[in-house]
Amino acid sequence: MLKRPMAAVALAAALALGAAACGGTTKNSSTDGGGNAATSGKKADPNAPLKQNLKIAFLPKQVNNPYETLVDNAGIAAAKGFYAQAKEVGPSDASASSQISYLNTLIQQKQDAILIAANDPNAVCGPLKQAMSRKIAVVTYDSDAAKECRDVFINQASSEEIGRSEIKVISDLLGGKGKIAIVSATANATNQNTWIKFMKDELKKPEYAGLQLVKVAYGDDDDQKSFQQTQGLLQAYPDLKGIIAPTTVGIAAAARYVSGSKYKGKVEVSGLGTPNQMRKFVKDGTVHKFELWNPGDLGYLASYAAAALASGQITGAQGEKFKAGKLGERTIGADGEVILGPPTVFDKNNIDSFHF
Amino acid sequence: MAPDASVKTASAAAPVTATPRVGRLVRWDVIVTALLIVVFIGGALGTPDFATGDNLSFALDDLCEIALIALPMTLLVVVGEVDLSVASALGMSSALLGALWDAGWAIETIVPLLIVVGAVTGLVNGLLVTRLGLPSLAVTIGTLTLYRGLAYVVLGTKAVAEFPQNYADLATGTVPGTPIPYPFALFIVLAIITAVVLHATGAGRAMFAIGAQEEAAFFAGIRVKRIKLLLFVVSGVVSAFAGVIYTLRYGSARADNGLGLELAVIAAVLLGGVDFDGGRGTLGGVVAGVLLIGLLRNLLMLRDVATEIQSIVTGLLLIVSVLTPRIVAGVREARRHPRGSMSASSQ
Repeated sequence: MLKRPMAAVALAAALALGAAACGGTTKNSSTDGGGNAATSGKKADPNAPLKQNLKIAFLPKQVNNPYETLVDNAGIAAAKGFYAQAKEVGPSDASASSQISYLNTLIQQKQDAILIAANDPNAVCGPLKQAMSRKIAVVTYDSDAAKECRDVFINQASSEEIGRSEIKVISDLLGGKGKIAIVSATANATNQNTWIKFMKDELKKPEYAGLQLVKVAYGDDDDQKSFQQTQGLLQAYPDLKGIIAPTTVGIAAAARYVSGSKYKGKVEVSGLGTPNQMRKFVKDGTVHKFELWNPGDLGYLASYAAAALASGQITGAQGEKFKAGKLGERTIGADGEVILGPPTVFDKNNIDSFHF
Repeated sequence: MAPDASVKTASAAAPVTATPRVGRLVRWDVIVTALLIVVFIGGALGTPDFATGDNLSFALDDLCEIALIALPMTLLVVVGEVDLSVASALGMSSALLGALWDAGWAIETIVPLLIVVGAVTGLVNGLLVTRLGLPSLAVTIGTLTLYRGLAYVVLGTKAVAEFPQNYADLATGTVPGTPIPYPFALFIVLAIITAVVLHATGAGRAMFAIGAQEEAAFFAGIRVKRIKLLLFVVSGVVSAFAGVIYTLRYGSARADNGLGLELAVIAAVLLGGVDFDGGRGTLGGVVAGVLLIGLLRNLLMLRDVATEIQSIVTGLLLIVSVLTPRIVAGVREARRHPRGSMSASSQ
């Protein structure tokens, strides 16, 4: 009676086994044939004029993330300056798979440049390579994709500098002693994981021997989840002295929890946040110091890099230079990276001069 | 008691024809198909980048896991059950694929193993539902969390990449000469098989009978539990295989792959006009439902419609699809009411 559903199962199994007949493909036997740099053969012409009416698209990790919005809006505004049509599109959840659909859409729309903050460095690779093979300039910003899948990465600050300075800031705040925890974004987030790696490395230095990292919690860049994770940390480690949240969503949620709890004044919250978001927690004494680069400048620089690529002024090779409007001339470093600059430390003395 | 009894006869008789209740002339699956055609033609005329082979090919590729899992899901909903653990089974399969690949296993060994693991995940669901008599909604919410948890145990928070190019090409490449990606071609084959089983065999009629009146079906000699158990197993197997496709397609094995996909699958099945109470629905409707959701989303994206609006459009469409047949049925019932006994005999 049920031969046919069985047949469906058999078919699926047969397909799998059919594949098995080809002989074993293992990690060691397969050669990575996909890594051919699409940039090969292109030549940079540093004197080429910036093309007009370029179509430029920003694809953030997720839309409605206040930080990404700041970056993208500044990038879009910069693009107006060189007469390009720029826009921001993106998924409502910070997942790799939803970015793929948007990437494919942008390729179909024949954009001249795609700027992406990658949710997963590898998952976005396929479509990005496809884009590059169709002569679409690919710039990553905020969170990088695998090197061979983009032309240029605009790094907000060197990852090492961010990671190490986070530890220095929290150590200064705690007098170099006590248990600390991290409230990160998603467990796979490229940039947060790199920073955390450098934080852990920095902690090995003798001057930080008094600091003990007890846990890395993941708030998934979701306000409520980050709030709950902070609450959980403080319940699990009542003697916790400091929290580092290297994400703007995480730091605001952590500060909000601490400021409304009995831990206010006993637990230091630091990390990466925007001045507008953190102003009230700095004023009420929950937060004493936090850091960030200027997100507007990041979008601005990314926008100019995309235009320079799309106009043929640069190809993404080390040592090439391009003019980035008010930010002046920038040079591409190793691995196609352009570094924006060192992060700014905000405290109650300077916060009122920043509005973003 | 008399009116009550006549209602029961009517609903028990309906499944034999397996027609959604909208009416003899306008069936919901026909409406969905018509809507699909309208969206397609509208898109082709109004958006130049829409009806290109390239665009359709990735729109279909983007849909293939949802489409594949929608097939066993249709059968499960028809028999009055549901499997919410499909996306987690997909994620677990993806995580296992990544972990084993990373450990140096051959992909040809891993995939058959994943199929077996998929069968086991389905078996667990099926046994809990059929042997212990637990509601599938509750059981599979449990296994949804369980399988996702196991996926994290297997792979942790890391992502495994760099799968062999020839297999990645199989997941993203198209059948030569057509815009149809290989995974979608697999879906077409399986959809035809499922349609034949559901609409042209005794097994299919048995499924409708179970969904309409489980007890009556049992006393008519239908092996209710065995069929349900088998459908859960098929659902697990297809989800596991979809996990392989998903991983190769994105070139990234992660424990959180496919998070929330079960809702897209169920949305497609409901949009296709399958009655959530079981006993009614057509596979053609589901195929149209899957394509409608996929193409509409693609079209809205091409037109730069904001994500929020996309969600609102899909949500409203779903509500309309569930509501319309009921309203139409209600109106019809009200019109018939004065004539009384006509309703029971009109079958």
